[in-house]
Amino acid sequence: MKKINVSICTGTTCYLMGGAHLLTFDEVLDPVTAEHVEISGAHCLGLCGSEAHGKAPFVKVDDHIIADATLMKVLDKVRDLMPEED
Amino acid sequence: MHDNKANRLRKEILIRTARAFFTEEPNDTLNRIPLQMRPKGGEASRCCIYKDRAVLKYRCMAALGFGVESETDELKPVSDYYEEALAREKPVEPLLTVIDVACSACVTTRYRATDACRGCLARSCESVCPKDAIEFYKGQARLNPEKCVNCGLCMKACPYHAIIRIPIPCEEACPVGAITKDENTGREVIDHEKCIYCGKCLRECPFAAITDLSQMVDVLNATRTGKAVAMLAPSIAGQLPGTLPQLFTALKQLGFSDVVEVAEGADKTALHEGAEWAEKIAEGERFMTTSCCPAYIESVDKHLPEMAPFVSDTPTPMAYTAADVREKNPAAITVFIGPCLAKRREAARNPDVDYVLTFEELGAMLVGAAIDVLECEETPITATAHREGRGFAASGGVTEAVKVVAPGNAALQPIQVDGIDWKTMVQMRTWATKSCPGNFVEVMSCAGGCLAGPGTISAPRVAKKQLNDLQEKSPSLQG
Repeated sequence: MKKINVSICTGTTCYLMGGAHLLTFDEVLDPVTAEHVEISGAHCLGLCGSEAHGKAPFVKVDDHIIADATLMKVLDKVRDLMPEED
Repeated sequence: MHDNKANRLRKEILIRTARAFFTEEPNDTLNRIPLQMRPKGGEASRCCIYKDRAVLKYRCMAALGFGVESETDELKPVSDYYEEALAREKPVEPLLTVIDVACSACVTTRYRATDACRGCLARSCESVCPKDAIEFYKGQARLNPEKCVNCGLCMKACPYHAIIRIPIPCEEACPVGAITKDENTGREVIDHEKCIYCGKCLRECPFAAITDLSQMVDVLNATRTGKAVAMLAPSIAGQLPGTLPQLFTALKQLGFSDVVEVAEGADKTALHEGAEWAEKIAEGERFMTTSCCPAYIESVDKHLPEMAPFVSDTPTPMAYTAADVREKNPAAITVFIGPCLAKRREAARNPDVDYVLTFEELGAMLVGAAIDVLECEETPITATAHREGRGFAASGGVTEAVKVVAPGNAALQPIQVDGIDWKTMVQMRTWATKSCPGNFVEVMSCAGGCLAGPGTISAPRVAKKQLNDLQEKSPSLQG
């Protein structure tokens, strides 16, 4: 099964602006969703440099960039991308 | 510290202020912060962008170390405050202050009947109310604020849970009743005679209306002298990305001439405190409390004089560390970096400590200087901080350390105050005046210890894990 990659930016800006709290993402996952997700910390994704991307902290869920990320925003995106039950 | 929009806003101000310092035109950059954060045509979080901008200006002032009350001319631009901040030789008197225009003046009546009221036949609310404050309007209960005394009996009596209690978050959080409403404006005011600088009101206010006065610009200025020495509190673990040796490099890039760990001072505190405890108990004292938490020390000074004889005389980890830095380098500008606001009070009384920064402020400085900790090389750490000293960062850590070093530790009966609130204040008074169930009392103002302090960046669980990892790699004082 291909897992959904949740990449939490741990560049200093993102970490300070809330990324440090997003590292607790595993805690908000139910066991079924958790099966489909792999969580990783990422070096600066380079998104904070330009205001066009929005505000830090940033999280990438597969190819989708989430700006001003919160645990719930990330969870919603993961659920969007989860395959329909077979 | 919580992660919510109010807190992110506070940090954004710090970042923008620090970033301005590193630009060619700091004055202009600073003056534009309110405009950039609330641009024309953008969304407002209060009534309009103009009010938002006015509040943001006060936030910038606080980031430069100026309270609302220091404003004499509303036209004075942020850049003028900046110039003054650069020119001052001593840090401002530490204070928690309310940005009055940001305070939403939460309602005073704490109980309210909601639409869930069915206007039932029983009307238990009406019968239990001792003040006859329940009135009925269009078949539903209402509380008359003129009569209501906030006893809460109606809330307990209602079978529909139709009566709710609306707390005032800052007042609720304050363990010592130091924050109350101004009767005329309804806005909150801090009584500095009572305030213990624990920072709980600042953390809990949903409008981010409470602020402390930052020394960040003073420190940024000091880093240009080549004499500034950073003293990192044991609770640094997990507060910034990367490893501790990477952070050392980041701090040097920022301009600190040297970086030391306060965990080394904590080792000394542990050794001294263990010996002091054994001595005092042998002399017949009932118990001894720790002395490293400055919000607790403020509490004793202002609210628990009965406790004063039981407080340990051992210097704090910050005091040991700063004295050591000064001895080796008398010209050093010493900067304590930690999770704590009350440390600013302790520093104001200790000539060895020049400035105090929070981890949030340090993070903002790194971001402002465009230093990414994860990209830094590792600076080898030559000094040895022990497992016990590092442990001071979490509740139970001081107790652990004293257990390890105290002679005859079999007789140690430790108890903990894990978080100062109004209940533990009452409890401590009883221990001092009547009897205490232990003979060694560890007091931490923040539940969880320093790693849950008001100036932290990380989630306490993440920080605790990193602290444990670091402790495991460190030698023990036991040898």
